[in-house]
Amino acid sequence: MNAFLSLVRRDVRLATRVGGGGGMAVFFFLIVLSIVPFGIGPDLNLLTRIAPGMLWVALLLSALLTLDRLFQADQEDGTLDLLILAPQPLELTVLAKAVSHWLTTGLPLVIAAPALGLMLNLPLEGMLPLMGAMLVGSPALSLLGAVGAALSVGVRRGGLLISLLVLPFYVPVLIFGVSASRAALVAVPGDLGGQSLLLLGAVSLASLVVGPVGGAAALRVAIK
Amino acid sequence: MVPCCPARGGLHQTDMAWSIHTYANPTRFMNFSAIVLPYVWALAGAGIGIGLYLSFFVAPPDYQQGDSVRIMFVHVPSAWLSQFGYGIMVASSIVALIFRHPLADVAAKSAAPIGAVFTFLALVAGGLWGKPMWGTYWVWDARTTSTLVLLFIYLGYMALWATIEDPNRAARVAAVLAIVGAVNLPIIRFSVDWWNTLHQPASVFRLDGPTIHSSLLWPLFVVALGFTFFFLGVFMVRMRAEILRRKVRTLQMQQAAG
Repeated sequence: MNAFLSLVRRDVRLATRVGGGGGMAVFFFLIVLSIVPFGIGPDLNLLTRIAPGMLWVALLLSALLTLDRLFQADQEDGTLDLLILAPQPLELTVLAKAVSHWLTTGLPLVIAAPALGLMLNLPLEGMLPLMGAMLVGSPALSLLGAVGAALSVGVRRGGLLISLLVLPFYVPVLIFGVSASRAALVAVPGDLGGQSLLLLGAVSLASLVVGPVGGAAALRVAIK
Repeated sequence: MVPCCPARGGLHQTDMAWSIHTYANPTRFMNFSAIVLPYVWALAGAGIGIGLYLSFFVAPPDYQQGDSVRIMFVHVPSAWLSQFGYGIMVASSIVALIFRHPLADVAAKSAAPIGAVFTFLALVAGGLWGKPMWGTYWVWDARTTSTLVLLFIYLGYMALWATIEDPNRAARVAAVLAIVGAVNLPIIRFSVDWWNTLHQPASVFRLDGPTIHSSLLWPLFVVALGFTFFFLGVFMVRMRAEILRRKVRTLQMQQAAG
């Protein structure tokens, strides 16, 4: 547990001090979203309608952006070999990596989301459901992303490969996330918003198993 | 790990084990497949030939869809084989990871492009059928969408094989991806179903009620059988080619080592 916490602390510190981590992802998030009105026109009603979807797509892309450094940097300087040899279960190490990725990428994006929502004319009553859904769903992005990052560790042009590997697995997160965020905006029959929030939580919990176990298996076979 | 100097003895041992495997079991497969392959091709040719004859000339046009129902005879078997291919990939990957059987990762690698092509074929045939039926080539229907995601997973799997040079390492990494994909596919499938009913309820298409008439079902069955044998034939040829490629690689490595 101690090793787990110190690994999280180390990675968060590295991401915040060296740069190229969370700050960059938020900046990317902002840029992608401000590109959208250029693409589809400044019609505020249309923007309101697509705002939850665009925010989620941008969240996915921004989360992808920082994934390729998750294990790559440690692999380059040899830290990864030590982490694999360490007595701590590799699953916990992968979990620590995913947690620190979420703390430095997922969480800042969730906090930034309402401000960007305003730019897309997202009504105020939609902010809380959006943040709630992103808070529940974004850990799944980091956890599933850890598998992709572990699979492509040591591969040249790994960043592109990660996107190809991971994006299909992000589909459920996107579907339930958008549906949960949209519930406050459009009248949906029944309590579909709450239901999709629960399903989103289920996806995150499933990723909590798949991520560390799959990531550790990938690391074990990728690094002989 | 960085390819470096120590553990020289260990490296040598694994080399030995690998070469014993390469020349023992795959050789048996090479002999077996050489005998079986002509029969598989014959069955594939017969199945596809008879099946297509039945579906084009014998099967009646559907009372609602007219002649475009005949696209189904290509579309449905392809869609079935797209999942069959993934099944083979996952089963081989599990065997490859647990037993380290070299034939298993050859099988997983060989199945992927064939499965991907059948997935693509299912999507194209579905689109061609959709144009006269639905009035559009592409509908974000639940099945179409999850088939598309399946195609993406196939492509990702093949991209992983293509980017890692060492075949042993690539095999094991790709096996992990195939298994993670198998765990996630039902979740994706479910979410896409759910998403689709949310977007457009009641537009889910049904093929003329619950059952297909037997005059259409028989040709479908024969074509599906022919397609399956064709799949197995290509699969074996690809496996043979992969085994030969690895033998060449091993020989080249030995030659280079002196």
